Amino acid sequence: MKNTAFFGALTVATLAAGAAAASTLEDVQARGKLNCGVSTGLVGFAAPDANGEWQGFDVDVCRAVAAAVLNDPTAVEFVPTTGKTRFTALASGEIDMLARNTTWTFSRDADLKFEFVGVNYYDGQGFMVPKDLGVSSAKELDGATVCIQTGTTTELNLADFFRSNNISYEPVPIETNAEAQQQYLAGACDVYTTDASGLAATRATFEDPSAHVLLPEIISKEPLGPLVRHGDNEWGDLVRWTLNALISAEELGITSANIGELSAGTNNPEVNRILGTEGALGEMLGLDAEWAKRAIEAGGNYGEIFAVNIGEATPIGLARGLNAQWTEGGLLYSPPFR
Amino acid sequence: MTTLTDPPRESFRLSMLLNDTRYRALTFQAIALLALIVAFAYLGRNLMTNLAEAGLNISFGFLGAPAGYDINQTLVEYNSQSTNARAALVGILNTLLVSFLGCITATVLGVFAGVLRLSNNWLVSKLMSVYVEIFRNIPVLIWIIIIFTIMTAVMPGARSYLGEDPENSLLLGMFAFTNRGIYIPAPVWGPGSGVVVAVFLASIAATIAYRRYTTKLLYSTGQMLPRGWPSLLILFVPAIIVFFIMGQPIGLDLPDPLANRFNLRGGLQIGAPLIALWFALSIYTGAFIAENVRAGILAVSKGQTEAASALGLRPNRVMNLVVLPQALRVIIPPLISQYLNITKNSSLAIAVGYADITATLGGITLNQTGRAIECVLLLMLFYLTISLSISAIMNVYNKAVSLKER
Repeated sequence: MKNTAFFGALTVATLAAGAAAASTLEDVQARGKLNCGVSTGLVGFAAPDANGEWQGFDVDVCRAVAAAVLNDPTAVEFVPTTGKTRFTALASGEIDMLARNTTWTFSRDADLKFEFVGVNYYDGQGFMVPKDLGVSSAKELDGATVCIQTGTTTELNLADFFRSNNISYEPVPIETNAEAQQQYLAGACDVYTTDASGLAATRATFEDPSAHVLLPEIISKEPLGPLVRHGDNEWGDLVRWTLNALISAEELGITSANIGELSAGTNNPEVNRILGTEGALGEMLGLDAEWAKRAIEAGGNYGEIFAVNIGEATPIGLARGLNAQWTEGGLLYSPPFR
Repeated sequence: MTTLTDPPRESFRLSMLLNDTRYRALTFQAIALLALIVAFAYLGRNLMTNLAEAGLNISFGFLGAPAGYDINQTLVEYNSQSTNARAALVGILNTLLVSFLGCITATVLGVFAGVLRLSNNWLVSKLMSVYVEIFRNIPVLIWIIIIFTIMTAVMPGARSYLGEDPENSLLLGMFAFTNRGIYIPAPVWGPGSGVVVAVFLASIAATIAYRRYTTKLLYSTGQMLPRGWPSLLILFVPAIIVFFIMGQPIGLDLPDPLANRFNLRGGLQIGAPLIALWFALSIYTGAFIAENVRAGILAVSKGQTEAASALGLRPNRVMNLVVLPQALRVIIPPLISQYLNITKNSSLAIAVGYADITATLGGITLNQTGRAIECVLLLMLFYLTISLSISAIMNVYNKAVSLKER
């Protein structure tokens, strides 16, 4: 890891000037591929399937951007990143965007110089324990050994939670979700803590998911979203509005099933603006008129992506909860396409 | 009349820098040095301008800010509100601990394996060859992970020791071997324990003095005093007597299976990551040291062994008194680099969650603060300092054992 960070730093040093010269959009178009940083493997969010194809909630965001920019949702080079390597990879230009359930925080925005383009999943940190321990609250975890992914905000939340409740624990820092899972199942730690969505995804892969419970406490706010580098606002806008297009599409009832029909023209001007039959929104982003149509076609609207990858019908089984549209009591709220 | 004229004094001309062999080498060295400086200056300037362009700066202010994370093995007082500098110190001490332990066990293992590989016993020597070849030729990271995985999978869980009627009971009521580590009794230093420790230290000094005396007596008069049991007597008896006189000031803190529902409490926990890392570094580097030792022994001329045997020395005495002392001269220099390797390889600790300097300063602190360049610079400085110190110390020892030519 030392090497990664070092070379990352070196490449920041040597490549930043180059990145400033040509815009990210031009780079991506010239390359014909979008380099998208994802997790090293978290089922439902980003993991290769049996055929080696990357699948998941975060993966579909990458594909939507690739469809908008390159007219091909498969023109994505997925770069697996760990909690530790993701920021160096983005800062050095190794990846064009990072979609790896990354929490939007002040210091990552202001100090690490990244631009969070929005939130695609409102999450919070939770705890998973084996059922036979008989623990019903995180406050009963005094003295427990806790597995934790190192280099994440959860590491700091965990320290704060145990400190403020005046109970002790022993941390076991672990690099990737797969290792954490192995350690947890081997009993090297009593508790596994990460974002509640990640816990649900991890539990779904267990042989006997019912033998493990998620504790009711959610100890932090974890707004997860895609991010890009500071300094290229056009590219940031493009990724931001691609995400917003997916969210708005659900709100306005544009689905992958009816999109062909709707793009013939409708009575709703906003739908028309999104699908490019009215106005010149695509041009303002430096793309053609049908950019958002392609993005939505790639994997469907936000609701469809959610349902296919992590929704209640999948083994992961997450309810929409905070991630429902604002019209349905959730927090998803896309600014208007105007 | 003869006039003596001095040979014409050769004046320095610029062209001599290239044409004169006396100066040519210097010229090229100067050019190379200049090019090197320019290259580094270019890279440094490039770094600074690019950082400035990205709105970043080099600052070590983060070292004073609270770290915010916890560490599982701390040799000094530390909590999540301590500074990043403190977290780095914890990491440094953990690195030094595992390197120190690793160097000792690797040396012991290496010397044993190296000597036994030259044994006349076919089975023993072949077994040692297998050990050396297997461990030397598989990367140490793999060994660390294998050992850690085996430990967590094979050893009983911590919870099986807990409760009124546990599945596993403590060995002798004192030791527990779990997949999270080994629990051993911890000494509790009561008032007056200082006296016991002082007496014990004095006993160690006395033992050394006694052994020196017997050696001297043997060399000067040929009289041979027993060394084994008097040494043990001097070492332990006074300390034990004082221990009881002072009213048993040193107690034992035993691991308690009832105090907590998740883990054993009390005693001293040697964490599984430390054990895995320590063990892996020891057996891996031990295999290299075994080869150094074998080379050193083979470098001692056979005549020495034969001469010693002719004097009637037994094989193990030949090894200890004649061969090994001479072999040391060959063994020490490569041994230094093996010690450096252990220290540097300990940076693989994060693979098993051991909180060494690379894991704290170069891992968590780097990530949480985003100060990659600063953290990596500090890491480089640390490893450089520690490596140079180790080689300095070992070079002093090397001077002491090297052949003194008169």
